[in-house]
Amino acid sequence: MSLNTTLIRSLKAPARPVWEEPPSKAGLTAKGGFLLLCCLGVLGPLWIVIVTSLSPKPVIDRVGGLVVIPQGITFVNYKELLSGGQVSRAIMVSVGVTLCGTLFSMTVSVLAAYGLSRRGTLGHRFFLMTMMATMFFGAGLIPTYLLVQSLHLTDTYLSLILPSAVSIFNILVLRAFFMGISPELTESARIDGASDLRILLTIIMPLSRAVLAVISLFYAVGYWSAWFNASIYLTDQRMMPLQNVLIQLVQKNTEAPAGLQQAVATGHLSSLGLQMAVMVLALIPVGIASPFVQRHFKKGMLTGAIKG
Amino acid sequence: MSLTAGSRPDGTRPPAAVEEPTAAVAAATVKESVPRRAGKADKVPFRVRWRRDRALILMTLPVIVLLLIFNYVPLLGNVVAFQDYDPYTSSNGITAIFHSPWVGVEQFSRMFDDPLFWGAAKNTIVLFVLQLVLFFPIPIALALVINSVIRPRVRAVAQAIMYLPHFFSWVLVVTVFQQIFGGAGIIAQTLEDHGWSGFDLMTNASLFKYMVTAQAVWKDAGWGIIVFLAALAAVSTDLYEAAAMDGAGRWRRMWHVTLPALRPVVALLLVLRVGDALSVGFEQFLLQRYAVGAGASEVLDTYVWNVGIQHGDFSYAAAVGLAKGVIGVCLVLGANRVAHLLGEQGVYQK
Repeated sequence: MSLNTTLIRSLKAPARPVWEEPPSKAGLTAKGGFLLLCCLGVLGPLWIVIVTSLSPKPVIDRVGGLVVIPQGITFVNYKELLSGGQVSRAIMVSVGVTLCGTLFSMTVSVLAAYGLSRRGTLGHRFFLMTMMATMFFGAGLIPTYLLVQSLHLTDTYLSLILPSAVSIFNILVLRAFFMGISPELTESARIDGASDLRILLTIIMPLSRAVLAVISLFYAVGYWSAWFNASIYLTDQRMMPLQNVLIQLVQKNTEAPAGLQQAVATGHLSSLGLQMAVMVLALIPVGIASPFVQRHFKKGMLTGAIKG
Repeated sequence: MSLTAGSRPDGTRPPAAVEEPTAAVAAATVKESVPRRAGKADKVPFRVRWRRDRALILMTLPVIVLLLIFNYVPLLGNVVAFQDYDPYTSSNGITAIFHSPWVGVEQFSRMFDDPLFWGAAKNTIVLFVLQLVLFFPIPIALALVINSVIRPRVRAVAQAIMYLPHFFSWVLVVTVFQQIFGGAGIIAQTLEDHGWSGFDLMTNASLFKYMVTAQAVWKDAGWGIIVFLAALAAVSTDLYEAAAMDGAGRWRRMWHVTLPALRPVVALLLVLRVGDALSVGFEQFLLQRYAVGAGASEVLDTYVWNVGIQHGDFSYAAAVGLAKGVIGVCLVLGANRVAHLLGEQGVYQK
């Protein structure tokens, strides 16, 4: 009986080394409270934004601002935003740029990481140095801007992808991971006559799904969050990605989004509710994607950062 | 995105140039110990090596080409800092460089006489110091707390929530702050409902520096703990056990085991942070420029943007950018030297 209960208890409670003092009540409370506070600090604002975006106009008007306690959930704001117009177009642009950009970045990064993953190959040091040197000095905003202009990339979606397509940090993380895969696997494939591309596709990549997921997320978040390139390289309002539309809505004028003024004027929609809905739309992909790759973050960060 | 790479402590740039001994070093060491590295590869004829490695080289090329075009060519484009560059002297922005008059270091001497530049430089340094003092220790403290939590589920949930804001764009972060601390924000509304008024932290120029630091903390402090947690996970339990045997209590163990284990990582991140001192965050400031005005929010990066992109004074902006870049590289190298002097590894080895 007593053995049984200790067994169950040891299964339930995580192992605490015998030499470690059991935590004091006060210590536990303080620690728990602190962590709770941190988590609330992150989740609280998000909660308010989401609830406001889901609230009908009367509720928002009565509260006089952001809504904390949900009353009468409604999706009218989203319906209005997604039924065509500037915001729907911006979402399409952002999704398109993010998908194409991530695919492009991942392709070139994985290829380069594999190409540099074997020491002693021809030009290995030279290429690696060429890459790493760019981590220490940036070219600066003005020359890059002039270059993009003279390549006639302005007002094309390529200007949102190409100038920031590769992150050396990400390539180094991938490379470190590829180098960690035991060489016996690839050697045997090579003896069987597999080409390098085939080895990459059939051996290396399936073995590195975790790190590929993390790096894809990094790239995708980069593209999804980017607004600066669009703000200097694009002049056509219709091409603007979601973040830029959000800036225009929330930062510069607190009026209703262009094309939605009528809905606000006729009084069935609140401009604040609409703004919050745009924010939620900008949040959603990140909020959905990051928990799934969450457990791989550490591995991904570390292979590049600490071990080198 | 293109400008702010590595400007946050999470953007830990991995150690450079610690890869392998150079050919000379490899040859100097015992030959048998390095059978298939540089030493032996040198003896393989170039044609054979090319035939063997051409697939790998082809794979590497796309990235190299991208870097050449978008990093190395603009590097040369910095010559406009020594010109009175006029984009209209030619049909193409690049060829216009060859038609623009050279003015030597005139742009740089202009910079020294420019009070706006010094204002931006001052703001940059103030913000850097503030971030170093108010931001840098927070991830360490958070990591220590999280690390002392034993229950795996509590750890996982807390970490998952703390990582989240890192993936939000600056636009979202600034907007969230505006909706909470701004003039029409939730705090101002609540205060007004109770009879107070005049609450708007977002347009308050004197509080701006604390506000942006708070934003940075909200966005990235949780993400910054990853590196420290990893360093803590690598500490051998034997050390704790031995310390406990010798009678060290909880706090003693933290002081003598946990904190020393963090030392190299802290040194590395400090070096990186100091090396990035002049890039205190670009998008964040640009986004709030309209709210608080240029006086408080102007940092070197936004100054370059304002002068160059907004007003078309490319040469002067390039000069400011170049000066900033050169000082930045010097800072990295200098900080690294200091790290070496303190006996830490730093970004790269000696």
